Amino acid sequence: MIDPAAVDLARLQFAITALYHFIFVPLTLGLTFLLVIMETVYVMTGKQIYRDMTKFWGKLFGINFALGVTTGLTMEFQFGTNWAYYSHYVGDIFGAPLAIEGLLAFFLESTFVGLFFFGWDRLSKVGHLTVTCLVAIGSNLSAVLILIANGWMQNPVGAEFNPVTMRMEMTSFWDLVFNPAAQAKFVHTVSSGYVTASVFVLGISSWYLLKGRDLEFARRSFRIAAAFGLASALSVVVLGDESGYAVTEHQKTKLAAMEGMWKTEEAPAGLTVFGIPDEANRTNHAEVKIPYLLGLIATRSNDTVLPGIDQLEVTLKKRIESGIIAVAALERMRKNKADVEAAELFSAHKVDMGYGLLLKKYTEDVTQATPEMLMQAVGDAIPPVAPLFWSFRIMVALGIAFIALFAIAFWSSAKNSFEKKPWLLRWALWFIPMPWIATQVGWIVAEVGRQPWTVHGVLPTHLSVSSVTSGEVMLSLAGFFTFYTLLLVAELYLMFKYARLGPSSLGTGAYHFESSGGMTKGAVSAPVPKKEY
Amino acid sequence: MFDYETLKLIWWLLVGVLLVGFAVMDGHDMGMGALLPFVAKSDSERRVLINSVAPHWDGNQVWFITAGGAIFAAWPLVYATAFSGLYFALMAVLWAMFFRPVGFDFRSKVADPRWRTAWDWGLFVGSAIPALLFGVAFGNVLLGVPFHYDDTMRSSYTGTFWALLNPFSLLAGLLSLSMIAFHGANYLIVRTEGVIQQRASRAALICGGLMVVVFAVCGVLVANISGYVLISGPAAGVMQSPLDKVVEMQAGAWFGNFAKMPLLWIIPALGFIGALAGMFFAAKLKGVFAFVSSSVAMLGVIFTAGIAMFPFVLPSSSMPAHSLTAWDCVSSQRTLGIMFWVALIMTPIVIAYTGWAYRIMRGKITVAHIEANDHSLY
Repeated sequence: MIDPAAVDLARLQFAITALYHFIFVPLTLGLTFLLVIMETVYVMTGKQIYRDMTKFWGKLFGINFALGVTTGLTMEFQFGTNWAYYSHYVGDIFGAPLAIEGLLAFFLESTFVGLFFFGWDRLSKVGHLTVTCLVAIGSNLSAVLILIANGWMQNPVGAEFNPVTMRMEMTSFWDLVFNPAAQAKFVHTVSSGYVTASVFVLGISSWYLLKGRDLEFARRSFRIAAAFGLASALSVVVLGDESGYAVTEHQKTKLAAMEGMWKTEEAPAGLTVFGIPDEANRTNHAEVKIPYLLGLIATRSNDTVLPGIDQLEVTLKKRIESGIIAVAALERMRKNKADVEAAELFSAHKVDMGYGLLLKKYTEDVTQATPEMLMQAVGDAIPPVAPLFWSFRIMVALGIAFIALFAIAFWSSAKNSFEKKPWLLRWALWFIPMPWIATQVGWIVAEVGRQPWTVHGVLPTHLSVSSVTSGEVMLSLAGFFTFYTLLLVAELYLMFKYARLGPSSLGTGAYHFESSGGMTKGAVSAPVPKKEY
Repeated sequence: MFDYETLKLIWWLLVGVLLVGFAVMDGHDMGMGALLPFVAKSDSERRVLINSVAPHWDGNQVWFITAGGAIFAAWPLVYATAFSGLYFALMAVLWAMFFRPVGFDFRSKVADPRWRTAWDWGLFVGSAIPALLFGVAFGNVLLGVPFHYDDTMRSSYTGTFWALLNPFSLLAGLLSLSMIAFHGANYLIVRTEGVIQQRASRAALICGGLMVVVFAVCGVLVANISGYVLISGPAAGVMQSPLDKVVEMQAGAWFGNFAKMPLLWIIPALGFIGALAGMFFAAKLKGVFAFVSSSVAMLGVIFTAGIAMFPFVLPSSSMPAHSLTAWDCVSSQRTLGIMFWVALIMTPIVIAYTGWAYRIMRGKITVAHIEANDHSLY
């Protein structure tokens, strides 16, 4: 029997290690492209300052990258340690994009990142720029592949259950690769990474401008971040909508929970801008609604009905009942391979087998499930409303705020007026943590919204775990917590140290802290030798 | 296209190749880390060692990640059963390895000697512990690991972490640690000069000698422990579950394949010849030859273990019939086929650009070079 405490702890461990890993990933995804832009300008104009920009922001990228690599190790092996049954059950499909990620993306990114840092004097200008491009391509390719894997968990296409091996097996590799859930997710996720990096560069540059130091360096960085950030922030929202459209097709339960749609409305449904979901009474308080909007966005039509939680529960109950037949037939087939009747029953009901497995949380023999158990399983199949409802709204509000910030920053850099707007510079500075909040709650929407499944409609989360005890998971969780805290402290210390040092950390002698006056703290930017420009 | 049986065999070989690739590539920077406290005496000397792998350690580490991913894709049951069973062994490897990326990148970014010493220890632990534990894991696999499946193919592991640290497995751990340190020393002979190179050469002789002795002792012990024999079961090319076969344990059975095909003795011989040749070249400071020799030696040792067990890949000591073999731990024919083509196309490309990166960064790393580039090096 599976230890329910071990399931909860394994989920907690996955959530903590994945969210922690995703502190570092978005910055890597975006900074590599900003480095490509800066270095391209250097190669085209020959101006030394762009080389220094590439090197300095590259240093901060390196500090972040080291932890991205470290925490990625955990993710690669956690499916095996804590989610062994999942790994067996879907490894035939899920393992492929992970292995391809290693061969196609990680090798590229990791081999060339070494040359990015250490190859400046050994490669030609164009050669080094090529290396930087390959790092950016590698890191973004790895996002494609991991989101193909994740997209399959949300919308398991191209796979079928095999009763001999007791697992899902791939029926179409191309369905897996071109899964619409994966495509939409990919663009949404990488552009949120570009926003993260743009806010990071914009915010730190604004700080230099506010301090009146390294002005030439900061101005140029600000402009590049503003332009790249505006394009990225717009694409996050547009493609977030695309991703929302994919959700409605594949995971109606996620959408209903995200929107707090307790009851089915006539098409097109209204969009709840604000409300306080009340799970006990199945209603929202203080609701502010825009009529028709949700139906139009989510279904791209004015007459398709979006099922609310009430209607979804009716469907879920039917599927669970059909799933019971499939699970029971499979058990008969495994006892007696010649049982033709069981085989026929199984193939008629196998699309619902995952729903039958939901009952395994309450009883070993699903055919003996009581009506109460059935209703509990139906309740389980709707993800928790309040966390999804709030996470989603925080994410969207921040998305809109990023567009506003970058639109103003871009307009001001076109007008060359941003240095006269200290409020804008302060806004950019204090906004540095916001993309992290947005991306973290974004993952919460995606993955809590997938509950109670690891693979939607196929394998329930509580069956996916390893046969390890809760004590073992607790101990490993304590280990991760300790190591990750220590590493984060070291990382933040270095990040702050180097952001404060600024381009003087390159030791070129041309920047603040190292000019004629030595370690002066004056408000005047270091004079830069003219010939270097 | 290949039939299922051929694909299963190819993937057995490919997993072996990935493990050898990991040992050769990540092995030399792990070997460097394991030798860090012994070969380098001052901060600048430690920086020489660290910077000899600075542009490459990250790419090398991907061999570890890719081997893990490939086992997930091709042998999902091994991935699931081994990593959940050997739970804390894998945790120890991961936690130790945490100190490598941050150790490399963070160490020289702060001048405080306490900070640097702490990360130096991190690099040592992050290199030596995994190198030791990989061997311990291999040792335990040769002995058999206590696990079984229920009817839904849910695996249960019935051993403890401490039982993994038995004398035979610790000896196997000493073998992998010594061979990785030997390999790292040979790499340092290529990339350093003067007193550091002298020390690396001495380290290579000590570690190489240890490797030869321990490999021989392990061989003698394996002749006496119980191996596993596949008595009956579905044909290799058939889609099958690991629950459908009969397996027996027999003393000395791990020598069965060598007895059947004497030509296979070449593989363990490569282990010895490679190690002895590596020591010879290390003594003469011929780094590149020594590096190639120790690579061959590691190939010999890893494939010796693989061939001894074939077709077993993860024997079960508590329920031998549930042991995993190269025929029944695998993915479907479609997945194996697709992954074969991906590996066939991508591996040479990876090797080519890795080689190019090493060529770009070639040459001796010296203390003078480190001190002249204080801001840009590790």
